[in-house]
Amino acid sequence: MSEVVSKLRKPLVSKDRTYTEVSDDVLSVIEKPPGNLWKICISISASLLLMGIIVVGYQVSTGIGTWGLNKTIGWSWDITNFVFWVGIGHAGTLISAILLLFRQKWRTSINRAAEAMTIIAVMCAGIYPIIHMGRPWLAHWVFPYPNTRSLWLNFRSPLLWDVFAISTYFSVSAVFWYIGLIPDLANMRDRAKTPLKKRILTIVSLGWSGSHRTWHRYEMLCLILAGLATPLVVSVHTIVSMDFATSIIPGWHATIFPPYFVAGAVFSGFAMVLTLLIILRKVMNFEHYITPSHIEAMCKVLLCTGMLVGLAYGTEFFIAWYSGNQYERFVFLNRAFGPYAWAYWTMVVCNVFIPQLFWLKSVRNNLVIVFIISIFVNIGMWFERFVIITTSLHRDFLPSSWAMFSPTWVEICTFIGSFGLFFTLFFLFVRFLPAIAISEVKTVLNYAKHKDHHE
Amino acid sequence: MSKKYLLGVFHDEHDMIHAAKELKKNKIDIHDIYTPFPVHGLDQYLEIRPTRLPLVTLIAGTTGLVLALLFQYWVSVIDWPINVGGKPFNSFAAFIPVAFEITVLFGAFITVFAFLMRSKLIPIFSGGIMHAGATQDKFVIALAVKDASFDLQSISKTLGAFGASEVSIKEV
Repeated sequence: MSEVVSKLRKPLVSKDRTYTEVSDDVLSVIEKPPGNLWKICISISASLLLMGIIVVGYQVSTGIGTWGLNKTIGWSWDITNFVFWVGIGHAGTLISAILLLFRQKWRTSINRAAEAMTIIAVMCAGIYPIIHMGRPWLAHWVFPYPNTRSLWLNFRSPLLWDVFAISTYFSVSAVFWYIGLIPDLANMRDRAKTPLKKRILTIVSLGWSGSHRTWHRYEMLCLILAGLATPLVVSVHTIVSMDFATSIIPGWHATIFPPYFVAGAVFSGFAMVLTLLIILRKVMNFEHYITPSHIEAMCKVLLCTGMLVGLAYGTEFFIAWYSGNQYERFVFLNRAFGPYAWAYWTMVVCNVFIPQLFWLKSVRNNLVIVFIISIFVNIGMWFERFVIITTSLHRDFLPSSWAMFSPTWVEICTFIGSFGLFFTLFFLFVRFLPAIAISEVKTVLNYAKHKDHHE
Repeated sequence: MSKKYLLGVFHDEHDMIHAAKELKKNKIDIHDIYTPFPVHGLDQYLEIRPTRLPLVTLIAGTTGLVLALLFQYWVSVIDWPINVGGKPFNSFAAFIPVAFEITVLFGAFITVFAFLMRSKLIPIFSGGIMHAGATQDKFVIALAVKDASFDLQSISKTLGAFGASEVSIKEV
């Protein structure tokens, strides 16, 4: 048996591993008791989450008057944070669905963690509109069901479209993720040492046996779900953008919003995936699975989407001038040179200028710099939503109602609390479930290598 | 009544494929092959027809689309028409986003449900597990031991000759 190694393509797993070693590498981390590092991390994030829960309890019992909103600025941090978290979710679906359709095999070692990030980020997003309702115990009113008020919903409202888009996105992503987990849960079941573990894993792995007849349908199912999730993910941020674009506020009322938001969502999501995975590969010893070439590929996606976002910023300015509409022109000049200019230029520097460093291969291969840039992009994309939402509102048509916004401690603590929720759930995920799709990585183990077999 | 199966356990997927090919040549029916990841090119040896899951998705998605559009029309035009900003009661264009989401929701969930039922993936059912190694690193060919015509000795020998590390009988 001779082995030929391709000179053109790098192997996707950078160390020679057998099938058992792949399972060992991914599962041994979660089969032994948690280490101190994990305990410290979960303590910090769970404390932040607890603070968030207390603060949400306070604002629900007191009312959302505890926020810094005023008569002019009726939407600010709450919606900014909602759009920020939904956007982050999009990278997971892009990696798991769109890259599957394009047969990008490098996705296999990062898709599980990225999809988990998607589901968790959508949960973080979901809490904001629910708090914003003021009476979260009536949140089910947003769904059409026969009720004693004998009222239906207004299907012409983009806020209602959002309800359907986000809830469909969450449930379909969760199902897609779980389907992907089944073969790995079965692997865990067959390795389980204690009867209780075995019992639980037998139930959640649904009696998976590895039958080829099932694999045959399974692969088609994944392809179908990817095909459904791809337009779904585009629709979600399109509809989120319509929350703004269907209004008549200058700065929001723009036809460019759907593609602009989708590009921004993918951009911010990939930044968050990079932030998480650069740490994950180090802490969990996944360096041979999430290799520098994976990181490099993600940097290239960031570079591309970052420029798409930059193009959208430029287009908005051009159209504002070209429209000849004085209010439209004012809003954009005010964004760049008004009282919130600092926020605008933070956004432009973080999203457009800093990612340009990714043109250099040396930057893409330097994990410390990539990590720092990914943090800048996360910050920049938060500011993008803040700039769009707050600066468009704070200068009303009537100069007498011009105002400024400053967040209260309640809003700041809620935002930090949502990071607590995000990291708590993510740490629980890496602790109890395989963070790398084992069965998928096994299919690409011999990628770029060709083993000759002679009978 | 339990059924008897002859298992040939392989360490290498290529050996397993060659063995499956040989069995097929000798006109021996293969019950199933258990692998830790999808191995391509086995369909012909198991005589698997293309799956009908895409058809399920098409029907489910179309059902969702039609139901969503009819429901929105019924709510907005027939059951309780409300004048919203002078827009027509039948604001068809505004009904598209929700109709799209429901199409995807129905398509995804019904397809997943159909897959689980067809593949007998049910939480309490775990009787189909042939070999614990098949979820990690073993490639297992399973042959149903039917009657006297099943030549256990020679088939076991064939499996061994193609590199099976373990040949055993399992009752399920």
